[in-house]
Amino acid sequence: MEDAGFIIGSYVVTFGAVGAYALWVLRRARRVTSRLPDDAKPWT
Amino acid sequence: MASLPATSTTTTPTGPPTTTGTSTKATRLLGAAAIVGIVWLAAFGLGFSPADVNQRESVRILYVHVPSAWLAYLAFFVTAVASGIYLFSKKHSLGWDRLAGASAEVGVLFMGITLVVGALWGRLTWGVFWEWDARLTSTAFMFVTYIGYLTVRRLGGSHEQRARRSAVLALLAVLEIPLVHWSVKLWRSLHQDATVLRPDGDVKMNGLMLFTLFVGVIAFTLMYMWLVIHRQRTMAAEDALDDAGLDLAIADRKAEHQ
Repeated sequence: MEDAGFIIGSYVVTFGAVGAYALWVLRRARRVTSRLPDDAKPWT
Repeated sequence: MASLPATSTTTTPTGPPTTTGTSTKATRLLGAAAIVGIVWLAAFGLGFSPADVNQRESVRILYVHVPSAWLAYLAFFVTAVASGIYLFSKKHSLGWDRLAGASAEVGVLFMGITLVVGALWGRLTWGVFWEWDARLTSTAFMFVTYIGYLTVRRLGGSHEQRARRSAVLALLAVLEIPLVHWSVKLWRSLHQDATVLRPDGDVKMNGLMLFTLFVGVIAFTLMYMWLVIHRQRTMAAEDALDDAGLDLAIADRKAEHQ
């Protein structure tokens, strides 16, 4: 595949950014919700 | 207002939590579907779909560039709708404000991806990473506007003040979407015109390419939904912590930056 660096790089940038943000959200969620009682989490 | 001990991470007014995180069975299923979508998109985008006659292999970048741009539009539109419901409903539910904030945050992420990946595509197709073209400039302007929106959300004040001022800003910022979308028509632009969302409905695209783009839109939509659900639940937990004890929230922020 010609220009493979640019093409694969664009997929790495995309899914890397989404993955990093998803990990940050999950870690933040775990930290914040560990300080709350279950009745303050309507999704449980 | 109840206050929580700043040194404890588990003790709460009504007892220790038995669950942490914002996941449910439904979000786990949604997340699994999003991962399947990503794998499928990578397989078709990088492998099964053909090279374009004019753009050759660089067309593969568009299978992530176009869906991320569309989802950013959708995210900002959802932000505006949720903000409007917050402002104009009698109840003024903060749930709508949090949905608006979560959607804007994910929208900024997707818009940033659109700009970076678009620059890579531009380098291959136009020979430059960036051009002060109408579409590119208006997209960058919209990106900066929503970074401003997220900054406004972090200003001090009560949850209601945050919701009110950010809702007004969201209703103004959403007006940029039609400007960005039709910038290629309104001004002379290097950026190509719409290929799929054409006014005449005539989609001039290879079937497998169109299918790959469709897979991309589905995968990005699933990612968007998963991210927004988790983020707005986290925001709800943050607001609950603020209500329960401002000192604890400040300690948490400090711990986050250490």
